[in-house]
Amino acid sequence: MARGLQTDAAVVRPETPRWTLALGAWLLGCAPGAPRNGDGAVHDASARFPVVVHRPPSLSSIEVDSDAGRVAIPCENCHSLFRENPPALPARVEELRGPHAGMRFAHGAVPCASCHERTDATRLHLATGEVLPMTEAMSLCRQCHGPQARDYDHGSHGGMRGYWDRSRGPRARNHCVDCHDPHAPHFPRFQPMPPPRDTAWLRSAPHG
Amino acid sequence: MAENSVPRRVALKVLGATLGAGVFAQALAPLKQFTEGMSLQGFLQKHYKELSPRELREVLRRLEEETEQRYGAEVTIRDLRPTPGVQFAYALNLSVCIGCRRCVEACHHENNHDRASHNSYIRVLEMEQGSLDLERGDANYDHAVPAPGKFYLPVQCQQCENPPCVRVCPVEATWQESDGIVVVDYNWCIGCRYCEAACPYHARRFNWRAPEVPAREINPDQAYLSNRIRPQGVMEKCTFCLHRTREGRMPACLEACPTGARVFGNVLDPSSEIRWVLEHKRVFVLKEELGTRPRFFYFFDE
Repeated sequence: MARGLQTDAAVVRPETPRWTLALGAWLLGCAPGAPRNGDGAVHDASARFPVVVHRPPSLSSIEVDSDAGRVAIPCENCHSLFRENPPALPARVEELRGPHAGMRFAHGAVPCASCHERTDATRLHLATGEVLPMTEAMSLCRQCHGPQARDYDHGSHGGMRGYWDRSRGPRARNHCVDCHDPHAPHFPRFQPMPPPRDTAWLRSAPHG
Repeated sequence: MAENSVPRRVALKVLGATLGAGVFAQALAPLKQFTEGMSLQGFLQKHYKELSPRELREVLRRLEEETEQRYGAEVTIRDLRPTPGVQFAYALNLSVCIGCRRCVEACHHENNHDRASHNSYIRVLEMEQGSLDLERGDANYDHAVPAPGKFYLPVQCQQCENPPCVRVCPVEATWQESDGIVVVDYNWCIGCRYCEAACPYHARRFNWRAPEVPAREINPDQAYLSNRIRPQGVMEKCTFCLHRTREGRMPACLEACPTGARVFGNVLDPSSEIRWVLEHKRVFVLKEELGTRPRFFYFFDE
C-alpha cells in the first residue's frame, strides 16, 4: 500500500524511458526546435539542467480508527515487516481488515488488482503485466490518464519550481501522488487563502 | 469705545491672520510628510533610461541604504535588463485552477506588498461556468473551493503588446521592455493614476501609503523595476517577477500554484512549454476586442 518507499526529498529520474526517449530524439535533432543559442551546433545534453521529479515520502493517508482516534500511519511501518512473505490482495475491498478497514476508495470502479500485484500488494503492474516498484507509479497512472500525462510532460499540469530556462538551472516537478491520493484521487475541496482587503468596501455597494 | 482697547478691525485682522497661517500650515503638512519620505537625491533623480551606469549604481546603493534606514532590512536592489532573444508569455489552464489564491499570497510576499491592505498584483475571479463575463466575476469569495458550478479566473497584468496604460502616461514613467514586460520607474511616476484608469484588466495598483512590511518578512532579492519597496503615491503592477524571470527562474505565482495551471516561458523558444500550449491548446485572451494584444493567455482542457 506504500505510495512511495523512499524518504528522499527528490531524486533525478534519468531512467524513465520516456525521458531518455525524448532526450535521444532531441540529441538526434528530431525535436521540434532549433538549438537554443543559435550557434547551429547540436548541444551536449549536459548543457541543460535536469528536471527532478519529487519522490514523495511514505504514504500517510491511511487513516485508522483506533481507540485514540484517527491516525495516519506510513504504509512502510507495517509492510517493511513482510518483505519475505508479502501479503496477497483480498478479492474485494470489503474484505480488507485491520489497519486497512478505514481506508476510503473512490477511484472509479477500478479493482485493487488493476494496479497492485495479486501476490504482493506492495508492488504494481502495468496493463501488460510488467511489474513495477511503487516508485514507478507515474508510469502506471499514464496508462489511463493520457491527456493528463501529456499535459504533465508539457508543463501544463502538476506544477513546478525552479527555472523556465533550463540552460541556467534545474527544475523540480511534483509526483502524481503529491496531490492525488491514488485510492481517492479527486482532490477534496478546501478553504482558499483570504480574499482581498482593498475591495472590501465594494461588497456592501449596491451593484449587480 | 475705550481708547486703550484694541480696535475691532485690528482684532479681526489678527484673528484672521492667525487662522489663515494655521490653515496654511495644516494644508502644507502632508507635503512636509512627503518630503520627509524622499531624499533630495531622490527628488532630483533622472529617468531610469537616462541614468548612466555610474549614476544607476549610485541610485541602487542609495535605495538600499534608504530601505535599511526605513525598514531595518538589508536588501539587494539590482538592475536586471531583458535578455535578447527572449519574449515572455504566460498561459493559465482554467480547467485546472481551483481558486485557492496561493498565487495571490505568493505575489503578496514576493513583491513586498503592504501587509495592512494585503495587496497583491493578482485577483482571482469566481466565475459562473459557461460565462466569461468579467463583470459578474466575484473576487471576494470566501468558501471552500472549487465550488460546484464555478470556475476560477486569476487576473493580473496581461503585459499587453499594445498597452493602453503606457500610452496614457503623461511623463513616460511606464514603458514596455524588449522582453514584453511593462515596467514602472517608481521614482519618476507622479501618481496621476491615468494608467490605472486606462487598464481594462484592473491590473495596476496605487500606493495610497508607503507599504508597511516587517523587516523579517521583507524579500531581500529586489530589482529596481520590480519588487523593491515602492514609495507612497506611485503606481505599481505585476512585472512577471522580472527579478526572478530575467535570471531564468519561474515567477513566484507559478511556483506557488499547486495544480500546475500556470505555464510560463520564452515564446521565441520553439521547444518551450509555453509554445507547446500556444500551439496545442485553444488559447484565448481577455477582452480581445480592445486590441490590447495580451501576452497572457487562458485555456480550457478539451
